[in-house]
Amino acid sequence: MRAPAIVLLSCSSLGAALAAQPAVPPPDSCVTCHTAVDDATKGPAALIKNDVHIARGLSCADCHGGDRTSDDPDVSMSKAKGFKGKPARTEIPKFCANCHSNPDTMRKFAPRQRVDQYELYQTSVHGKRLAAGDTNVATCIDCHSVHDIRPVKDALSPVHPLHVAETCSRCHSDRQKMAPYRIPTNQFQQYLTSVHWTAMTKRGDLSAPSCASCHGNHGAKPPQVESVAEVCGTCHVLFAQLYDKSVHKAVFSGAGGGGGCMVCHSNHGVQYPSTKMLAGSASVCAGCHEAGSSPANTATQMANWIDGLDGAIQQSETVLARAEKFGMEVSEAQVRLIDARENLVKSRLALHSMRSDDVRQPIDAGMAIAKETLQAGQAALREKDFRRYGLAVSVILIAIAILAIRSLIRRIEANGAQAAQERTL
Amino acid sequence: MPATELKEKTLDWLDERTGWRLVRDLMDHKVVPQHAGTAWYYFGGITLFLVGIQLITGILLLLYYRPTVAEAFDSVRFLMTRVEFGWLIRSIHSWSANLLILCAFIHMFSVVFTHAYRRPRELTWLSGILLLGLMLGFGFSGYLLPWNQISYFATKVGTDVAASMPVAGPAIARFLRGGEDVGGATLTRFFDFHVIILPLVTFGLIGVHLLLVQKHGMSVPSGIPPAKLAQMKFFPNFFLRELMVWYGVLAVLGTLAAIFPWELGEKADPFSSAPAGIRPEWYFLAQFYTLKLIPSHVWFFEGELLGILGFGVLAAVWVLLPFWGAAGTDEKRHRWATGAGVFLVCYLITFTILGYVK
Repeated sequence: MRAPAIVLLSCSSLGAALAAQPAVPPPDSCVTCHTAVDDATKGPAALIKNDVHIARGLSCADCHGGDRTSDDPDVSMSKAKGFKGKPARTEIPKFCANCHSNPDTMRKFAPRQRVDQYELYQTSVHGKRLAAGDTNVATCIDCHSVHDIRPVKDALSPVHPLHVAETCSRCHSDRQKMAPYRIPTNQFQQYLTSVHWTAMTKRGDLSAPSCASCHGNHGAKPPQVESVAEVCGTCHVLFAQLYDKSVHKAVFSGAGGGGGCMVCHSNHGVQYPSTKMLAGSASVCAGCHEAGSSPANTATQMANWIDGLDGAIQQSETVLARAEKFGMEVSEAQVRLIDARENLVKSRLALHSMRSDDVRQPIDAGMAIAKETLQAGQAALREKDFRRYGLAVSVILIAIAILAIRSLIRRIEANGAQAAQERTL
Repeated sequence: MPATELKEKTLDWLDERTGWRLVRDLMDHKVVPQHAGTAWYYFGGITLFLVGIQLITGILLLLYYRPTVAEAFDSVRFLMTRVEFGWLIRSIHSWSANLLILCAFIHMFSVVFTHAYRRPRELTWLSGILLLGLMLGFGFSGYLLPWNQISYFATKVGTDVAASMPVAGPAIARFLRGGEDVGGATLTRFFDFHVIILPLVTFGLIGVHLLLVQKHGMSVPSGIPPAKLAQMKFFPNFFLRELMVWYGVLAVLGTLAAIFPWELGEKADPFSSAPAGIRPEWYFLAQFYTLKLIPSHVWFFEGELLGILGFGVLAAVWVLLPFWGAAGTDEKRHRWATGAGVFLVCYLITFTILGYVK
């Protein structure tokens, strides 16, 4: 009775095990054949293993059409099977949009992904020129690559935040390619010197802006003069609000003006701002305001205030660091100094309204805190000296006590020896 | 009534009620052997002196310290910045705690190298070893009390080591922490251990230890014939010398406290990541570094578990030092003990330094 039961149990276990096996993917004749051939079509077959589409279960045939299950090229690449082949360059955006602009399709693979890239592309300079027949402009594959397309979050993707600028520069730094369009080619070199690139690469802040952050990605075009402040203001919100209140807003955005924030800060090569931008012959103010004029004097005064607060904070920091080095407890003052630094930031921020009163307020508050923390640091250093003097006095007193005990021991032992000698006699 | 007669009558009245003359007679008759190793005798007294400093400064700290997560750090900071000489009290408490453990170790090794653990002083040795264990317990529990980043994460590491012990480890760790992780309950428990439980046990055991020392007298190193030995009266000759040493230790403590005040650090933040290079106090560093060196798996065993078990076995063997090879000759036993002592001193010094450097 036991043997048949065991056989039955074994068969049912085997059946269950086979049923649990993962489904074997259907054969892909495109990759098999194109890997074997020795022509230009071998490349895509080699690259495709890294492609996000393949990883999501799609195949060559899902874009190019045809029958991937057939080993016969006449069948697998027959028009009857829907084979589309390589799309013309002008057809590429529409080719990708077949799926990427179809919400139903995208919902199956990447439900959170946008489906308006094609619409945006059509509004972009690239899209418009492509529609006009200019095949030199960027299409989807020029930025995202082709056949080894990776997700944006993949650090190896050419559109990963760290690589966007470099990807754009492949065309925009090419003088020959840009010559017909008469646009400069130094943007990438300037960007590499900017605070934004530093933030991205040194601080690892992937949200720091690169080309697409200001120009847009699929709908890329240069911001117009009147919208530069808005573009910068998407990140620098408070600066933009104050700038809106300033006298410069109307001037910079007016018919004869420049371009909002970039008048002072430039565009691609934005540098770390300092008060040197406000005062002196090399200041940005000097570009418009004559030295000695009221606006130039106001700018110089504001620069002096900011430098004054910065210096006072640094002095406090130095004194507190010195006290800390001597082991003094100054953490409360150091925490308080953070408030002073906040006021320094606020004063630099308030500067964008170009109103002295707005700047003076945080300067006064910051100076009061810097003075208070400086006094705390100086008090700690005085306390340190007091401790050292106290220690010296204590050690002297202890030394005297030790000498007194030593003398007492000698006297006791001398008396004891004398008494012992007398007893012996 | 003449003054001398009045004085005698008062002293007689006191002696009848307290028996103080017995103590005086004991002090009169207590002697200290004089030989090349007499200086080692001072370390027991220094350790006792530092225990006294701990008691006094500890009581003063209690006037301001508040053992809750919300208030512990701020109360210590208040003490150090606002209270007159509060910094001095805390610094002396912390420095003397470290010197106390150092002196206790020196005292223990001096006992080993002079073979003072031998019959009939086995119980004196055992009580001393227990006292050293209690001192380490004081150090571990006191370290957490300021509730700063370093102390918080060091306690986390320390209790994790306890948790990795077999069988009772997780239960011991839960008992120490008052829960699954280091938190407010841990602080309260460590405070109770530090100021109530450990002091009660310690003072009782110090009493026993001193009583045994009094009963057996100072041990003379083996190999020195007692008959030829010069002796010094304990009181006042030895006591005054000890007093000089205590003054010297006080000067060292004051210097350390004034020039290197014990730092407070940053308030503990359980949600932050552990500070880089987190490590325990120096007296646990050799063991900590050894555990780090052991591979994660040795044969079938977990490396850390094996290390902890190894330390447990070695500690047990060390505690039973007076009973080693009881059947063998004294000379052979002492040679083994000296060898083990030299090895242990070298190991502790080397691995403590490596633990700091690496």
